[in-house]
Amino acid sequence: MGVDVQRPWPPEPVPWQGRRVPHLQPAGSPSPPRGFLDAASGEPLHPAARAAFEAALDAGWADPGRLYGAARRARALLDGARESVARGLGCRADEVRFAASGTQAVHHGVAGLAAGRHRVGRHVVGSAVEHAAALHALAAATDAAAGPTLVPVDTLGRVDPAAFAAALRPDTALACLQSANHEVGTVQPVPAVAAACRAAGVPLLVDAAQSVGRAAVPADWSVLAASAHKWGGPPGVGVLAVRTGTRWRLPGPGPDPSDGRLPGFTDLPAALAAAVALEAVAAAAPAEDARLRALADRVRERVPATVPDVQVVGDPDDRLPHIVTFSCLYVDGEALITELDALGFAASSGSSCTSSTLEPSHVLVAMGAVSHGNVRVSLPRGVRADDVERFLAVLPEVVARVRDRLGVTGL
Amino acid sequence: MTLAVPGADLVVDARGLVCPRPVVELARALPTVPVGAVLAVVADDPAAAGDVPAWCRLRQQEYVGPRTTPDGPAFLVRRLS
Repeated sequence: MGVDVQRPWPPEPVPWQGRRVPHLQPAGSPSPPRGFLDAASGEPLHPAARAAFEAALDAGWADPGRLYGAARRARALLDGARESVARGLGCRADEVRFAASGTQAVHHGVAGLAAGRHRVGRHVVGSAVEHAAALHALAAATDAAAGPTLVPVDTLGRVDPAAFAAALRPDTALACLQSANHEVGTVQPVPAVAAACRAAGVPLLVDAAQSVGRAAVPADWSVLAASAHKWGGPPGVGVLAVRTGTRWRLPGPGPDPSDGRLPGFTDLPAALAAAVALEAVAAAAPAEDARLRALADRVRERVPATVPDVQVVGDPDDRLPHIVTFSCLYVDGEALITELDALGFAASSGSSCTSSTLEPSHVLVAMGAVSHGNVRVSLPRGVRADDVERFLAVLPEVVARVRDRLGVTGL
Repeated sequence: MTLAVPGADLVVDARGLVCPRPVVELARALPTVPVGAVLAVVADDPAAAGDVPAWCRLRQQEYVGPRTTPDGPAFLVRRLS
């Protein structure tokens, strides 16, 4: 299983010069709104992405499939964006397609593998803590009665590679594993699972939505999906990368343009802005991630020290730099999030009362963690240390106030 | 109406209560039974199935398991301390 899949991080930047592509200007660092602690849901637009977006509105409006000057400029921008993202992912430019969202990338990634391997069978495997987009795609790709095989996780939220390997069968069409968990930050053992999939001849889709732009993404995937607004790109840009030689077929009506697009007119300014944002955050990643990791460590340490009856969940060490999640006993998550919002802090929750379905987070349930009173803090790039300190200062009072209201203090 | 759950010394009726109330009722009621006794929480909130065992792990109480009863899903806990 000792496959070397680590690549240099950050990747070398793509030389934009000479391709009629807006240069990557030093456009400033991200400066998220005060109190914004929900980066895992999506970051504000990176200043470099804004500059690239505006430039591409003028330079990249034409149809890249046509043969006149403006079209060739659009084509050059699309090619450049593709090359840049490919560099960030460690793959070839012609393996990258831009999708309309991370969810669409996951859906097309799974459905395309299922279509490409329908003769093998319809069995699919994933971890129990995949993003809802992947769970829905897996369910749609397999027999409704049997459903996908979902491999359990331990109390840290991590799958056991041996259990994952044991779930692969001769009729397994595809497997799916996130690079790291979106709710608790735990990094998944992608290299070991990828090795098991390769040994079994099963293509692996890696949902790298939370990792791209923050950490080296393991290279050993057949299909990779990512989402630009998680790294400071604009919303409405997903990335779907399919390794050459993978049996993947465009789901739905074609034809497959095979030129970086899915069928339809790609939002080229947004794709370019996504690529420029990825270069910018990748260049800053080692230093910024170390800073965020230290801030997240401080949250991990201070919350249980200052708030009674709290369970901090997720791996304390092998995790994404920016995510910390905890559950406060006897409190409803909605009340916590609302109180925090009133004080100017934006965080999210996996508690059932905060979900549209009124179901608790399947991630917390799979980990055996308390799902009520849940708060996910995810630090945006550029977050001020002062904001984290202010959050830590108000949290004990907020929890105490909600507990008082429910009459559960001292329970 | 008093609910009965086989194997339980005390039954807490948490039907209609949403998270975190079923666990709150469990935490309130458990000290009222002797150590070694079993308490059942009857709860229809979907979060209870995960939260009752998670609470037991945190509080070092024994989660006996879920039961299906005519009155709804029940979750059994043995008081250890």
